Amino acid sequence: MADGTTSVSAHALRGFAPPARRSGLQRFAQRRSTIAIVMCLPLIALIAGLVVYPFFYSIYLSMLNRTATRFIGLFNYRYLLRSDTFNLVIFQSCFFAITAVFFKALIGFILAHVMHNISGRDQRIWRGLLLVPWVIPPALSTLGFWWMLSGNYSAVNWILAQFGIHGVAWLANTWTARIWVVIVNVWFGTPFFMIMYLATLKSVPEQLYEAATIDGANFLQKIRYISLPMLRNIISITVLFSLIVTFANFDIVQILTAGAPANTTHVFATYAFQLGIQGGNISLGAAVSLFIFPILAVFSIFILRGVGRRAREGI
Amino acid sequence: MKKLRSVTRRDALKIAAAGAALPLVHMQTANAAGTLKVALWDHWVPAANPVMLKLISDWGAKNHVDVSVDLLSSGTANAKLLLAPAAESLAGTGHDIMTFQSWGVQQYATHLEPIDDVMDGLIKQYGTIDAVSEYLGKANGHWMGLPTSVGSQYKPACARISYFKKAGYDVEKWYPNAQGNAKAAADWTYDTMLKIAPGAKAAGLPFGLGLGLTTDSVDWTGAALTAHGAVLVDAKGNMQLRSDPVQQVLEYMQRIYPSLPADTVTYDDASNNKALISGQSALIFNPPSAWWVARRDAIKVAEDCWTFPSPSGAKGRFNPYLPFFWGVWSFSPNKTSAKELITWLQQRSQIETLCNASAGYDIPPFASMHDFEIWSTEKPPVGTLYNYPIRPWHDTQSSMAGWPAPPRIAVQLYNNATFNVMVVKLAKNKESMKSVLDWAENEISGYINM
Repeated sequence: MADGTTSVSAHALRGFAPPARRSGLQRFAQRRSTIAIVMCLPLIALIAGLVVYPFFYSIYLSMLNRTATRFIGLFNYRYLLRSDTFNLVIFQSCFFAITAVFFKALIGFILAHVMHNISGRDQRIWRGLLLVPWVIPPALSTLGFWWMLSGNYSAVNWILAQFGIHGVAWLANTWTARIWVVIVNVWFGTPFFMIMYLATLKSVPEQLYEAATIDGANFLQKIRYISLPMLRNIISITVLFSLIVTFANFDIVQILTAGAPANTTHVFATYAFQLGIQGGNISLGAAVSLFIFPILAVFSIFILRGVGRRAREGI
Repeated sequence: MKKLRSVTRRDALKIAAAGAALPLVHMQTANAAGTLKVALWDHWVPAANPVMLKLISDWGAKNHVDVSVDLLSSGTANAKLLLAPAAESLAGTGHDIMTFQSWGVQQYATHLEPIDDVMDGLIKQYGTIDAVSEYLGKANGHWMGLPTSVGSQYKPACARISYFKKAGYDVEKWYPNAQGNAKAAADWTYDTMLKIAPGAKAAGLPFGLGLGLTTDSVDWTGAALTAHGAVLVDAKGNMQLRSDPVQQVLEYMQRIYPSLPADTVTYDDASNNKALISGQSALIFNPPSAWWVARRDAIKVAEDCWTFPSPSGAKGRFNPYLPFFWGVWSFSPNKTSAKELITWLQQRSQIETLCNASAGYDIPPFASMHDFEIWSTEKPPVGTLYNYPIRPWHDTQSSMAGWPAPPRIAVQLYNNATFNVMVVKLAKNKESMKSVLDWAENEISGYINM
C-alpha cells in the first residue's frame, strides 16, 4: 500500500522511528492527492501558459492605448460600443453563430436518424462519406466555395447561365453574403453533430422504440417522446461546444468575404484581426476579441445549468 | 584521485578582461557582429528571393557577419509580415532588421531605432526621396524606417490597348515607350474614365476597379480623392468630411458604380488581377503582377496591355503608391551591422539587381533610380512597363490613401476602408448623402479621439 500511515506503522514495528520531519514529508509526498496534483502539473502548467496567462494578458492589453504604452482603462470598450461598425459586427456575429449552430444541430439530428435506420455496410459507407466535409481543412473547403461563388469564375453562376438565369453577385450583396458564410459553416460543421447524435442514438435501448411501435406511436412521436429526451444532454453539450467554436470562427469569413461588403459580414475574430493586426492597434483588437467572452459565458451558464439539473434528476 | 587544477587570481583576471572586451568588440563593427537576423518579405516574384539571398550572403562573407534571413509571406489570411512585427514588438526580441508594409513604421515607431544617419547619407547620394515614403517613414521628424525598393509598388493603370482604341483613345500615344510629353495625355482624366466605363461594361470588359476593403480598392479611391483635392481629415487632424471636394468625389463614384463589375464591393487584391488575366476587364489599377501572369497564362491578353499613370483630376495626377520599409528594432543587439547592411542594399547597383530579378516589379523610392533599363525592355508589347515608374515628364505624383491626416488617424481611415464603405452605402445601398456623411462623421471622430 502506498499509504503514509501504514508505512510509519511498519517502521515502528521494526523498533525504530525515522526523524519526524522526513516522515512528514514522506507522508505528504505519498498522499494520493499530492500524487494526483503532481501528475496533473504538466497539464496545469500547459493550461496556465496557453489559456489563463493569454486571457489575462489580453484583458491587460485591451486597456492600453494604441501603441500599448499607456493605461487607458475601459476607453477601448466605450469606443467600440459607440461605433456603428462594431454594433454591426455584434449583430453579424450573433446571427452567424446562432443560425449556423441551429442548422448544424437540425441537419445533424436528421442525418443521425437517417444513418441510424440504415443497416450494416451501407451505414459505414454513408457515414464515411458524410464525414468528408469535417475532415477537409476548412480553409481549403472555403476556398472551394469562394471559387464557386466569386465574380470572375463562379461555377454556380455558370450553371445558372445554362438555364438562362442571369448570374448573381453572391458575395456582393449583404444578405446573400451573410447566408453563404452560414451555409459554408453548416456544410463544414454538420458531420460533427451527426456523429455525436448517432453515437448517442446507438446507446438508446431498442426496446423503447419497439414498445412505442406496439403502442401505435408514429415516427414523429418516437422522435418527440424517445429520441429527443434521450439526446437532450448531448444536444446541449454539442450546441454549447459548437457555439464557442462558431463565435470564434475566423477562416471561413476571412477567406470568403474578408468582411465585405462594407463590413457587413465581419465577425468578432475577423474584425479583431482587421483592427489589431492589419490596423496595428493590438489593444483595440484585444478588446474586440474579448467581447466574445461575456456572450459565451451567458450561453454556457444556461446550457450547463440545464445539463446539471437533468443529471441531478437522473434524466 | 586526480587533483583538479585550481584557477589562480591572475587567471581569473585574464578571463574577466577577455569576457568584458568580447561584447564591445562584437558590437563595434559589422565585422564581428555575430548572427544578424533579418526578416524580409517573401517576394511575389519567386525569382527575386534567391537574388536577394545571394546579395546578403555576399555581404556577410565580405564583412565576416553571419546573417540569417527569414522570408515572411504577406496576404489576406497568411499575413506573417503583419504578425511578426506585432509579436516581436510586444516580446522585445526577435529579428534585428524587420520589413514593414506601408503603415508599419508608424505603428511600431516607438520600438524602432532612428536611422537619420543612414537616410541623410542616401538622400545626399541619390537626391529627393518620394513624398509618400517620407510621410510613412518619418515619425516625430526622424527617419524610423528605410524606404526600400523591394516590394514597393505603384498601382497605375493597366489597360487593354485595343479596347481604348475602340473607344477613341490611343494609350501608347498618351504614354509612349520613350521620353514623352504630359500634354499628350491631357485627355486621360477621371471624366474620360467615366465616359468610357459604361461602354466597357456593355462590351463585357468592365473596369476592374474594386470598392472592397483591401488595399487595391482603398488605394485607387484614395488617389481619386487626392486628385480632386478632397481629404477626409487634414494634416492638423481636423475632419474635412463635409467639404465640396469630398461630396464631388462621392458623387463621381455614385456615377461610375453602375459601370463597375457586379461584385466590385467584395473585390479583394486578387479580383482585379483575375479580371484582367481572364480577359474580362479593360482596365485595372495594379502593379504589373497581373500582366506577368497574363504573359504566362494568357499571352493574347498580355500582348494587349499597356501600363501608364492614373487619370488626372482637378488637382493633378496621382499614382497610388505602396512603399515597403526596413527598420532596425531598438532592442536589436546588432544595430551597427544592421544599418550597414540596409545601407549597402540600398545602393543603386544592388537596387537595380533586385529590380531586374523582380522583372521590374520593385519601385525605388528615389526618382533618380526610375531609369532602369528593365522597364524599357520588358515585353510583350515592348515598353509595356516603360511608364510604370513615375518619369519626370509624367507630371504625376505618388499618393497614399489617408494622406495628409496625421498617420495615427490616416492608418485607421486606410485599414477600415472608410471612404469605400461610404461609397458602397451611397451608391449600392442607396443611402442618402446626409446619412452617409453622418455615419462617416461618427466613425472618423472615433479615429481622431483614439
